[in-house]
Amino acid sequence: MAELIVISTLNGVLFGMLLFLLSSGLTVIFSMMGVLNFAHASFYMLGAFFGYQLTRWIGFWPAFVLAPLLVGVVGMGVERYGLRNTHKHGHVAELLLTFGLAFAIEEIVSMIWGKSPVDYRVPAMLDFPAFTVFSTNYPAYKIFMLVVSVVIFIALLVTLKKTRVGLIVQAALTHPSMVGHLGHNVGRIFMLVFGVGSALAGLAGVIAGPSLVTQSDMAALLGPILFVVIVFGGLGSLPGAFIASLLIGLIQTFAVALNGSLASVFGPLDPSLGASPLTDIWNVTIAQIAPILPYVLLVLVLIFRPMGLLGTRES
Amino acid sequence: MTNAATPAPAVAKEESSGALTFYGVWLLAAIALVVLPLIFSSGGSLTSFSLIGIAIIFALSYNILLGQTGLLSFGHAVQYGLGGFLAVHAMNAVASHNWPIPLPVIPLIGGIGGMAFALVVGWVMTKRAGTVFAMISLGIGELVASSSLILRSVFGGESGITTDRTALAPMFGWTFGPQIQVYYLIAFWVLISAIAMYALTRTPLGRICNAVRDNPERVQFIGYDPHVVRYLAYMFAGFFAGIAGGLAAINFEIANSAYLGATQSGLVLFAAFIGGTAYFFGPILGAILVTYLQLGLTNVTSVWQLYFGIIFIVIVMFAPGGIAGILMKHRPLIRAGTLGTVIPSYLVAAIPTLALVLGIILSIETVARFASGDAINLLGIAFVPTAPTTWAAAAVLVVGGFLVARITWRRVAEAWDRAATVARDRGYLA
Repeated sequence: MAELIVISTLNGVLFGMLLFLLSSGLTVIFSMMGVLNFAHASFYMLGAFFGYQLTRWIGFWPAFVLAPLLVGVVGMGVERYGLRNTHKHGHVAELLLTFGLAFAIEEIVSMIWGKSPVDYRVPAMLDFPAFTVFSTNYPAYKIFMLVVSVVIFIALLVTLKKTRVGLIVQAALTHPSMVGHLGHNVGRIFMLVFGVGSALAGLAGVIAGPSLVTQSDMAALLGPILFVVIVFGGLGSLPGAFIASLLIGLIQTFAVALNGSLASVFGPLDPSLGASPLTDIWNVTIAQIAPILPYVLLVLVLIFRPMGLLGTRES
Repeated sequence: MTNAATPAPAVAKEESSGALTFYGVWLLAAIALVVLPLIFSSGGSLTSFSLIGIAIIFALSYNILLGQTGLLSFGHAVQYGLGGFLAVHAMNAVASHNWPIPLPVIPLIGGIGGMAFALVVGWVMTKRAGTVFAMISLGIGELVASSSLILRSVFGGESGITTDRTALAPMFGWTFGPQIQVYYLIAFWVLISAIAMYALTRTPLGRICNAVRDNPERVQFIGYDPHVVRYLAYMFAGFFAGIAGGLAAINFEIANSAYLGATQSGLVLFAAFIGGTAYFFGPILGAILVTYLQLGLTNVTSVWQLYFGIIFIVIVMFAPGGIAGILMKHRPLIRAGTLGTVIPSYLVAAIPTLALVLGIILSIETVARFASGDAINLLGIAFVPTAPTTWAAAAVLVVGGFLVARITWRRVAEAWDRAATVARDRGYLA
């Protein structure tokens, strides 16, 4: 039991930090431009595939640096040549543009790399057990992922709260025209922020790729959970996204590790009842309902606290 | 809009002729639905017509949300799928108990299923519009789609639940075994649903929905609750989506979890938006186009979904009104008789645009078939995907086409401005 708790906590925090790496970019972009970037998870997937391809060509460490930059460039292109032109048609058009983009990116990725998972492996340098807890070896690569996530988190926080760049970005969030009058190029700030947000997603993809499965449906699997995170945390709230990411990461990891069902607690149902929704619910294990838990959380938070955990406004 | 610029008697005349065209259009639609299978009687075209009919109801129901009320839903397939599942279960129950319920009533049961789901979850979902609603609908859609794999006894797991439409009591000697009878059943429901949904746009509720879309605050000031209006619209959309789902269940004789999934929700969004959400007939055009492309392109290319995505992005960026919007923009020019001045510039712009499109198709197919090495047949010319000449041709077409098209489209805009000014002078608002 203690083993399960320690390992699940570690994995949960790791998954949570990865979610935060993704949702931080999404949240900053959303609160800045009011655009809900549907293609954010697709940038994450692009990061993983660029990472895989560059690792094969030039090795993991150059890929670790280059792939997020490439994704950032793609993101800037999307902002400059897509979103900026669509802005005049309103936020729904922008949302639809990113929706179409997510669809197209998935198709392009499966066209180039195929629909089955690619062989994106942990670099040999990090392919050893870091430590052993209760006879389970905990891989060093996961520690590396955790460290990268934490470093990015702190760097993001410090940049936004303590530096001049963060000051201008934060001001541009709320008063774009005022910042423009002060001589800053607001359009370029938007483009750069979008690029940085996409690069963060790309970085998450590069480091998560070897640990999770790198294939063309990884964006579609993660995308909806990302939206749950930012609605749950409160739209536009970075601390909210942080708490929600960790919470959802932990809940999902623990749920996957638990094998109990109502039947295992209260005993099996009378077999004469046959197959019915009741027997389905009775026999389903907690591990099986792990995928739907985030959405259950979403519904609950909407009923009891519509602005999300740390959100300040309703819409 | 045109009424404002024309004198009062002309307005009255237009209204009476409007009523005539109104009934005329529905009558024509009914005749077309009856006659179509007599002209195109092959099994393949009957199947396509049936699929298009289902897609039309589904896309129109989606437009109650997106076009009428301004709610962008990413989970509309949930109501469609639940309607389908309820219809399948109803068919099985009717067949096993020998109840005297004929097949044509089954879609109604599907509709009630879709509406019932909307009744339960709609109140929480429709509290807010815009981005928040979009995300919640996505979450609810994922929740139901994932739950359907857990509740195996109801949803049949991955394989789904099958039924037999001929096991129900025949009606007027029709057993609904042959596809032609199923087609007429679908056609009947298409006409009924389309008229009902059009009538809905003309009711006070439909008008208030438009007002909620445009300015919810003012709706609140005049004493309506936008939340209730959105909730009602959501239920009606769920009802008609359920009818479409029920028809799909009858057509395929199976309902599975793919009915509820994100792909289905995405396709209906594509259909409604590509067709155009601002006009009632927009989603109909979109449903026809998307279903036709889906059926036609799958035989030609392995990456047909990518073309969908690209068409959608192009529409969002350059023609947010969809195909219906593009068509209706020309109406004042036709009335003022100035369309002729624009057409030559269109023809000039068409050539480089076509080159650009062909270049893009060639590039995509080159990448898609690079591994297999299958030749690309474009306008009767066979291109080998591994040959550098193919890449060069694609590059020339894309770059050259783009540069020339940019200039010619600027010309189109100028010609358009001139034509629109003349039209405006003659009293037709463009």
